[in-house]
Amino acid sequence: MNRRMRMKDPVAETSLFFVRATIAAGVVGLLTLVLATRLFYLQIVEHHQYRTLADRNRISVQPIAPTRGLIYDRNGVLLAENRSSFALEMIPAKVTDIAATLDQLASIVTITDDDRERFAAERKQHRRDQPVPIRSRLSDREVAVFASNQHRFPGVTLTGRLIRYYPFGPQLVHALGYVGRINDKEWEKLDQNNYAATQHIGKLGLEKHYEDVLHGAAGFQEVETDVHDRVVRVLNRVPPIPGRDLHLHLDSGLQMAALSALGDQRGVVIAVDPNTGGVLALVSAPGYDPNPFVTGIDRLSYQGLLESPDVPLYNRALLGVYPPGSTVKPVLALAGLNTGATTIERKIFDPGWFKLPGDDRRYRDWVLNKGLPAHGWLDVRFAISQSCDTYFYDLANRMGIDKLSEQMQRFGFGQLTGIDVDEEVRGLLPTREWKRRARKDAWYPGETISVGIGQGYWSATSLQLVNAAATLANGGVRRELRMVDSIGSLDNAQKVSAPLAAVQPEVASPAYLEVVRGGMRDVVMASNGTARKAFVGVNYDAAGKTGTAQVTSYGQNEKYDATKIDERFRDNALFIGFAPFDKPQIAVAVLVENVIGGGASNAAPIARRVMDHYLAQSREPNAKRDQEPAHD
Amino acid sequence: MTEYSSRMHTHRERYGLLWRFHLDWALLMGLLALMSVALLVVYSAGGQDYMVQQSMRFALGIAAMIVIAQVPPRLLKLWAPALYVIGIIMLVIVDVVGVIGKGAQRWLDLGFIRFQPSELMKIAVPMLLAWYFADRPLPPRLTHIAIAGGLILLPVGLIALQPDLGTALLIAASGFMVLWLAGLPWQLLLAGGIGVAGLAPLLWYFYMLDYQRQRVLTFLDPESDPLGAGYHIIQSKIAIGSGGLYGKGYFQGTQSQLEFVPERHTDFIFAVIGEEFGLLGGLVLLALFAFIIIRGLYIANQAQDTFSRLLAGALALTFFVYVFVNMGMVSGILPVVGVPLPLVSYGGTAAVTLLAGFGVLMSVHTHRRLLTS
Repeated sequence: MNRRMRMKDPVAETSLFFVRATIAAGVVGLLTLVLATRLFYLQIVEHHQYRTLADRNRISVQPIAPTRGLIYDRNGVLLAENRSSFALEMIPAKVTDIAATLDQLASIVTITDDDRERFAAERKQHRRDQPVPIRSRLSDREVAVFASNQHRFPGVTLTGRLIRYYPFGPQLVHALGYVGRINDKEWEKLDQNNYAATQHIGKLGLEKHYEDVLHGAAGFQEVETDVHDRVVRVLNRVPPIPGRDLHLHLDSGLQMAALSALGDQRGVVIAVDPNTGGVLALVSAPGYDPNPFVTGIDRLSYQGLLESPDVPLYNRALLGVYPPGSTVKPVLALAGLNTGATTIERKIFDPGWFKLPGDDRRYRDWVLNKGLPAHGWLDVRFAISQSCDTYFYDLANRMGIDKLSEQMQRFGFGQLTGIDVDEEVRGLLPTREWKRRARKDAWYPGETISVGIGQGYWSATSLQLVNAAATLANGGVRRELRMVDSIGSLDNAQKVSAPLAAVQPEVASPAYLEVVRGGMRDVVMASNGTARKAFVGVNYDAAGKTGTAQVTSYGQNEKYDATKIDERFRDNALFIGFAPFDKPQIAVAVLVENVIGGGASNAAPIARRVMDHYLAQSREPNAKRDQEPAHD
Repeated sequence: MTEYSSRMHTHRERYGLLWRFHLDWALLMGLLALMSVALLVVYSAGGQDYMVQQSMRFALGIAAMIVIAQVPPRLLKLWAPALYVIGIIMLVIVDVVGVIGKGAQRWLDLGFIRFQPSELMKIAVPMLLAWYFADRPLPPRLTHIAIAGGLILLPVGLIALQPDLGTALLIAASGFMVLWLAGLPWQLLLAGGIGVAGLAPLLWYFYMLDYQRQRVLTFLDPESDPLGAGYHIIQSKIAIGSGGLYGKGYFQGTQSQLEFVPERHTDFIFAVIGEEFGLLGGLVLLALFAFIIIRGLYIANQAQDTFSRLLAGALALTFFVYVFVNMGMVSGILPVVGVPLPLVSYGGTAAVTLLAGFGVLMSVHTHRRLLTS
């Protein structure tokens, strides 16, 4: 078309526009179809997937921690409870500048350098999206101040939780153990669903052993949350099952009496009901306050406890192994009778020392150290009441180490008593095999002699001693020791395995037992018994055995003078006993570390006060026990 | 002619009042239906205050529409160059103020009202192009196309400088629509397409800002950055997809009510519709849009002069571009650009401009009789 010829042609333009508009309409239709197809694809074909994603967006499952079971003593006194406490926590993933946030926090709430250190340490153990504690146990004022400033601290939350509290503090720590924050190692082994909302776990003692019972089962709630993680509503809730309570055999009053009898001395007092094996008191002194451990003890205090010369963190009752000394003589006597190494009637002459045939070495009797005359002629009962070393040197020599060890195992030495806490140790009951393995050496007859008076290689736990005392008390039945009497809520406590099945139904014939028990009665009640002084004026019959154990060895003719040596090398005082004699209700083992004097003057009086307390209480017939326990 | 007059007569009898006010009933019904849907959804997505605000803006827009509908197309044609020049001047001012203020600048603050010049250009550009081609033989000659291209690129460039790439592209599209309807040769269209494709890398490296590039990358793979730039599109797709066939029900959309969908009452409002009313709701909305656009194209086709035809057709098609870009973006087939869903998204200026545009369409349709006589 020529340029000059071009001019407006309305008809052609109208049809041009019509064609163009029609094509445009076609494109519009096509693109509309594309959009519709896209919607169909998203809303029909992929609907299910997007529905799931939308639900995952809005629904989150929050675990709910169960309330930890409480621990009561036999009279319903609360020994471990839960108290509400406010803590500050931070989710590091939600905080941009952690150090600055801590600084700002410190301007309104007390945050010590120690808190910061602990926070830094805990941060490394937690995932970034998990809350890390900054401060626990906020005061009411701090709670109020933080609450009004909360908007300034995104990622920092104030959480109210139930925190374990031990009202008796150091007095019961070694009996109960304690809970602490779950650490990484524990977390890996745990059922993480059940512990998802739980921060604490039993670290020691009963709290650890009965963790499954005390913890309960976590609940959960399905909540709808908005994009800011705020809960909009609760869709579904499965309540947690609270942990069950423990009801102990322990008598907190008796525990206090034992503690006060021990005074500020280091040692162990354990009292057991011989009829059940139930532990009535378990004292390891000194103790320490477990409450700071629950929320995380500061480094300085912990350092102090670690470095204390009294070693308060050490659970002497469960872990302490000591030479049992003369307290095991009644058990050795039974072993001698059982094996025929001696008889009830057999008498030997004690010149104040014992010599192995063909050996010049004199094994001295304790009377020589005290400058007392030798015992002279004595039978097994008298040997017990006089604690005659010579008789037992001879007895051990006649039995030999193999029979002796085998017999002692029957009484539970060298073995766990089976008490329901995890820390218990076996101690050491020496055998020929043990020495070959551990010392790469043969057993020498001379070594049997010192084992015969509870010294030498022999080391025992106080639990084994009280177990032996209980076995002697109840006529030769050895039971497992138990802290927990029953499990359940306060109203419907369900008895668990008590009274306990015997481990060893009979350790000796009744005749042998009668003689040995008679000897023990004489120790306490007879005018010439070694522990007579401690039991002057008792209004019940008791039986017992004293012991004084060397913690270090001396030369044959070396004179031991407690007042002249370092305190840490002084003897340990021991006593085992039971009462009343005819129908025993309590068996006791006492150990006092590094004393001046022996078991008779240091340990026996403590045992007596424990017995006094317990028997006085039970003479008022079931006065306390039948009372409805006090509720808070 | 008699046949035509008698049809006009029928119109006047049936829709006398509307016709007297130069309103097109079909377009009006379509727009009112759309605005009703918009208010319902804004209520669900933003709450009562937003709905009331939006009602007031719609009222203002309808008023603008009615006023403009009274202006005969020949007057519009007369004013077109002036409107365009005023718009360009304001854009320059805005750009200069923006440079001084060291930031993006889209608003002109007149003290009592804040005005966005780019909105004016949405109508002024197609008007000017329609004016330019109205008295020239069509299809246009190359020189005229080149001049028209320059007239488009000037405001587009100024708006792109603000920078507001979304609006710039939409205005370019509105100008392009006039060119297309005026008879842009196919060869040129092809060449232009290749040119744009060639220009894209240059845009990518020299014009686009980091966040804009990120948007395009995120569009290609939204899951690569689920909490950042990809978040919008992921949550929006979840909202639409989880709506299913019937939707979760009014006010029942968890994605929107719990605020997982960002900008849910503005650019992403279609995600709320898709979630609460499902595929059916989405299709009804698409049908409403299609109806309005087809009615617009019909009006354009009925127009009796080139200016009216080009302007009406371009406005109708530009409206569709808005719809397609927004819904394509919200449903994840186009990258995220800040384009609202026309007449549905919460927001004032755009709604007023759009309704003014429909006023132009109505004017074109209802003033035909005067032109023929």
